[in-house]
Amino acid sequence: MATLPVAEQPVAEFERLSLSALLEFYGAKFRTELALQFAYRGALAIWLLSLVSQPLISLVVWTTVAETNGGSAGGFTAGEYAAYFVILMVVNQLTFSWHMWEFEWRVRTGFFSPVLLRPLHPVHNDIIENLTFKALTLVALLPIAVTLGFAFDARFAPSLADVVAFGPALVLAMALRFLVEWTVALAAFWMTRTMAVNQVFGVLSFFLSGLIAPLALFPAPVQVAAAILPFRWSVAFPVELAQGQLSGVEILLGLLAQVIWIVLAVVLLRLVWRHGVRRYSAVGA
Amino acid sequence: MHALMVIRTYLKLGVLNVVQYRANFLFDLLSVGVYLTTSLLSLAVIFGQTQTLRGWTRDQLIALVGIQILVGGLNGLVIRPSMQQLMENIRLGTLDFMLTKPADSQLLASVQQVNIGSIAEVVVGLAVILTALARLGTEVGADGALLFLVMLVAGATIVYCFLLALSTCAFWFVRIQNILVIFQATFNEAGRWPITIYPGWLRATLTFLIPVAFAVTVPAESLTGRLTTLTTLATLALALGFVAASRWFWRVGLRHYTGASA
Repeated sequence: MATLPVAEQPVAEFERLSLSALLEFYGAKFRTELALQFAYRGALAIWLLSLVSQPLISLVVWTTVAETNGGSAGGFTAGEYAAYFVILMVVNQLTFSWHMWEFEWRVRTGFFSPVLLRPLHPVHNDIIENLTFKALTLVALLPIAVTLGFAFDARFAPSLADVVAFGPALVLAMALRFLVEWTVALAAFWMTRTMAVNQVFGVLSFFLSGLIAPLALFPAPVQVAAAILPFRWSVAFPVELAQGQLSGVEILLGLLAQVIWIVLAVVLLRLVWRHGVRRYSAVGA
Repeated sequence: MHALMVIRTYLKLGVLNVVQYRANFLFDLLSVGVYLTTSLLSLAVIFGQTQTLRGWTRDQLIALVGIQILVGGLNGLVIRPSMQQLMENIRLGTLDFMLTKPADSQLLASVQQVNIGSIAEVVVGLAVILTALARLGTEVGADGALLFLVMLVAGATIVYCFLLALSTCAFWFVRIQNILVIFQATFNEAGRWPITIYPGWLRATLTFLIPVAFAVTVPAESLTGRLTTLTTLATLALALGFVAASRWFWRVGLRHYTGASA
């Protein structure tokens, strides 16, 4: 098996692993990854700074807009803007992934060659890496978010139903954003430079996920696009929910949209992966 | 003058080095295009809800975005790539080769790498500034232009010294290349807005904002006629202070360099 050239590896082989073996892998890998990432605390702190600063800048800009206009703008008060961006800071950190920016390097340097020989789909490795990063940075991010919430006088009133629905919505958003971005990352199998794809995707995501402003402030066509595409469901939806902006029906429809998009994303990921990995020529290996 | 000759030779070599990869230039152009689109769309969303942002109109903020792209481009030409290379050299120990050369080490470290692609940013930045000025209908006289230029040079100097100081930290911490990435991200994100919108305590906390303020907001203030004499003098004094302090810090750091065999 291990002596076969990479191109002849039967890709479907990955699925034969039993659930208990997979769980065991997750447990062991999570422990080593935790130790590994904790060893580079400085790098973690630096990434944390950027995860804080971006929503913080939007927060400052929008509370300033609201204050300039006598307390509210576009239907939100300064306190509501503060709440939106403080919650967004946490949701963005928990849904964030960076694999799009790594795949070009992975393909170019032949990083995938040994990985493909393992009897496990490489996505599992990245899921654990991603979760470890989130677990470690959340410990520092949460107190920062709470402090900023008080400093900017954040105002939000979620109902009990909102609080209950927030958990599943957040987990589904985490899964959805990861799956979509990991699939986009696979473009690296076809292109040597993925910068262009990543940047265009980044800008779309910046506007349509509600990172620059609450989606309610955009013209109707943009809002429709954000709802049809996965963007709203992977970031903005849990934030709106926690803020108490959504009705019961809207929440249920949102959760449904998330599930539908996750199913679509999994199908898409497997399809693109199957075709992409056959194009991998292990340069530099 | 010896130093000038060194700079010229290094820059020429650097240019020759990168013009081999011409296709990259297209990607750099695309990057600036994407960035400019993001900035202008952000402004469109915000000014859909308000007329002014802390006294700044939309066209004034477009001028500010132009200045930010211009300053980013000026830094990206030589300073940023050189600083990245410097950190790499410190980590790998290859700084040895630079230290043995008969010229000032800080000078050599600061001009060792050129990234021609940043010319795209410089051109786009200038175009955006001129467009914004035309829309504002401001007449910038000869003295106004000179003041703007002086403020721009002072701001760029402050950013250079700040980046040098950050890179110098690599003598102690070795693996901190990320710090330049983060500075760049802060510069791109925070620099889009006049620094005056941030609450005072935040400006003090995010030290990265300080060079952003002097590199982008102060020149923009000079173009939009809100620059006070006090700010002008403070900027010049700060630029000189930064030059002296970063030079001193570089020398201290150099003494902590452990070399290739370490």
